[in-house]
Amino acid sequence: MISDKFYKYLGISGSSFLCIMGGAILIIVASNTLLNSDHPLHVSSYVVTLLGKYLCYAILAISIDLVWGYCGVLSLGHGAFFALGGYAMGMHLMREIGPRGVYGNPVLPDFMVFLNWKELPWYWYGFDMFWFAILMAVVAPALLAYIFGWLAFRSRVTGVYLSIMTQALTFALLLAFYRNDMGFGGNNGLTDFKDVLGFNIQENRTRLVLFVISGLVLMVTFMFSKVLVDSKYGKALIAIRDSESRVRFLGYRVEHYKLFIWTLSAGLAGIAGALYVPQVGIINPSEFSPANSIEAVLWVAVGGRGTLIGPVLGAILVNGSKTILTSAFPEVWLFTLGAIFIFVTIFLPKGIMGLFNRSNRKSNASGISKIAGLRKIFVFDGKKDG
Amino acid sequence: MKRCRLYKSLFIGLLLSCFINTHLLADSLNDTINSLAKGGFKERAKVIGLMSRLNDDRILNSLEALSAGKLYFRKNNKQVIILKKEDNKYYAKDPVTKSNLGVVQKKQFKKIRVNNRLRRQIKLTLSSLKLRASSPKDRILAATNILKTIDKSALKAIQSQLLIEKNKSVRKAMIAARASVILFNNSSNAKQIQSINILMEYGGREARSVLTRFLSSANPQVKKITENAIKTIDVSLQRWTFIQNVWYGLSLGSVLLLAAIGLAITFGVMGVINMAHGEMVMIGAYTTFVVQDLIKANFSHLFEYSLAFSIPLAFIVSGLVGIAIERGVIRYLYGRPLETLLATWGISLVLQQTVRSLFGPTNQEVSSPEFMSGAFQVGQMTITYNRLYIIFFAVFILLILLILIKKSSFGLQMRAVTQNRLMARSMGIRSDWVDALTFGLGSGIAGIAGVALSQIENVSPNLGQAYIIDSFMVVVFGGVGNLWGTLVGAMTLGVANKFLEPFAGAVLAKIMVLIFIILFIQKRPRGMFALKGRAIE
Repeated sequence: MISDKFYKYLGISGSSFLCIMGGAILIIVASNTLLNSDHPLHVSSYVVTLLGKYLCYAILAISIDLVWGYCGVLSLGHGAFFALGGYAMGMHLMREIGPRGVYGNPVLPDFMVFLNWKELPWYWYGFDMFWFAILMAVVAPALLAYIFGWLAFRSRVTGVYLSIMTQALTFALLLAFYRNDMGFGGNNGLTDFKDVLGFNIQENRTRLVLFVISGLVLMVTFMFSKVLVDSKYGKALIAIRDSESRVRFLGYRVEHYKLFIWTLSAGLAGIAGALYVPQVGIINPSEFSPANSIEAVLWVAVGGRGTLIGPVLGAILVNGSKTILTSAFPEVWLFTLGAIFIFVTIFLPKGIMGLFNRSNRKSNASGISKIAGLRKIFVFDGKKDG
Repeated sequence: MKRCRLYKSLFIGLLLSCFINTHLLADSLNDTINSLAKGGFKERAKVIGLMSRLNDDRILNSLEALSAGKLYFRKNNKQVIILKKEDNKYYAKDPVTKSNLGVVQKKQFKKIRVNNRLRRQIKLTLSSLKLRASSPKDRILAATNILKTIDKSALKAIQSQLLIEKNKSVRKAMIAARASVILFNNSSNAKQIQSINILMEYGGREARSVLTRFLSSANPQVKKITENAIKTIDVSLQRWTFIQNVWYGLSLGSVLLLAAIGLAITFGVMGVINMAHGEMVMIGAYTTFVVQDLIKANFSHLFEYSLAFSIPLAFIVSGLVGIAIERGVIRYLYGRPLETLLATWGISLVLQQTVRSLFGPTNQEVSSPEFMSGAFQVGQMTITYNRLYIIFFAVFILLILLILIKKSSFGLQMRAVTQNRLMARSMGIRSDWVDALTFGLGSGIAGIAGVALSQIENVSPNLGQAYIIDSFMVVVFGGVGNLWGTLVGAMTLGVANKFLEPFAGAVLAKIMVLIFIILFIQKRPRGMFALKGRAIE
């Protein structure tokens, strides 16, 4: 009964993807807990944390895909929403340290004592409560996105302009969070966390649980997004992506559609950041750097935008190869990353998922090149789109 | 030819006489200084008096060392030297020539002791010696120092020096210094008022602080005049701060302009988002570095002119890289600006890593030619030559570009292709070549910008990254497809940044400017000077 409904909403690829992912998580958990550490199939806690990190990246990738792949809005600033969510979580973890800090102050985090601050700034209030921190991890990025989007979509800032503006946004936040008097730890950010909800953050079991939670959140995000993009609302989004003015002329309020998905996506990115911080144990301003946001866009491009499985695959594949390459040949990584950027945009516009959709590809392949050729001719008097 | 020989012989003669002169003088100087080692305090006072009459800049060094207790003499031959302690070792220095004499054992030396009376005498001698220094700059510095410290002991020295001083600006500084001393010397009201007026006319922060210090001890009559004088100085100081902010702003704006001009062509005219633009700038800067290195190694006499080689070479190198990028990648992505953005970002990563692998991740040193170093003073502010030249250079490049686009046949073709590609092609313009050359032009200009930036910035693989967001902001703010807009945009952002800095600090000012642009784009999505008509939609 339930599986029928699942199948109805998620389709064959969606449900099998979920099954595979759920299975993979179960296997990893089992091998981490049940097998001996010298067993060849044992997954060490280090790898579990690493995979948990990738799962958070995958949630971020889905959130980018929702706005870029389905609505045609390329955000080069989603790292900012991710980092804001991360900071919200980091602030809670900071408060949870309590008197165990180096300076032993029961209320103030170490860096504030170090800066000679006497009391907690107002925006740190409430973060001692876990539910409040989680709420803020969603609300803070969503609110920022709402304000930014309301301004941008209302005055029809689109395409490249919007991308550059989002990049400026995350750059401005990067500069702001580097400042010590912002009250977010400046250059060093927030770190030295002790525990989360009373569980030691260093302990293997806590890490395993965080990994499982990340996996579950990713699966829920996936299902939710799938339902969303298949709904009537999702169809309108795709229509906006393909021809914004036509949708507008048909009487849809394009800016409302865009604003909703934009805000939602920022909230999702915030959740990803909140899950990410307890696993890596630090959050600092470098998460705001524009390069991070663009790299996240690459995951989506590699996996295939406009699909929901693609971003997850892309995030895990690109980050997996990053981990392997940066440790083995640190010089080569940037070359590889750059090459992936160029290769994917020219030869794989639909990403890895485009390879699987053979029937789609065949009919589209000639079409795309034709349209691209035509567009090249009309580019300066036709509509520019992404 | 004849004339040349004449100059040569004159020059050699001059050199010889200089050498002989210094040699002779150095001997008598050495004797005098060495006589410091003999006798007690009284004899020393006599020697110092003798030294002050020698009228030689090189005495300063030994006198300063003497009052700081660093002057020693060798026990066996009474030779006087300066001892300096570093890492528990004593280094000896010749007091006259300042040449290093190597590491020595402290046991062989004895300190030349001074008492408070001697110290006062040395101070006096020093200040009068400095007032008599050979370069006008040093004399002004000495006078300003007296003004700052209100050094009453220097009054006599100033007065005697004023009798012979001819340089106008030195005189001004000395008169102001004298006024400050007179003001605090319990003089009559009339004299005080006269001094206040002199200080008011002289202006500047130093005069202001002298007057504010005087304010507490002034009697009611004079107090009011002083207050007025301070106000007058404040007004003129404010005016100078304003002018200085404008200057710094223009200087920053010209740097932004240089970085953004190339982008104004690739992004503004062609509509291509080139995220690797910053790397074109970086390549230009590295070209400068390589050219300088080659010249230093092979033709060191041409070093002064290295920039003349660097500018065209940087244009060619960056331009060629740009053309390669256009032909290799971007041409497959026309009409898909978001993909272009990602692909060029990839290119920028590759270029950065290439440079990092070739030259290493550290900063490379690029030196400035002689004519670009140094500074000059205008009123209350200092203008450095390199900033000045860069402003001119930026505007010059912009003008050349404008002429190229408006007047040359290539510019005509370029405009034709951007306005109506299909029509241009049917008129026989090879649009893909125009595309490649336009992109090459934009990249080449970025390379030239790199040459200029190498003069004021560190040359490192990250050089371009620092400018990419700023340059996009300038182009978007100024209005896409409009070079004048780029000029106005760059200068406005530069000046706005510098005016915000005193209130908000450098980082916050930058953030405020970014937020301002984000808001501005909401209001005018196509920038300040938007192109009108159907062509842009």
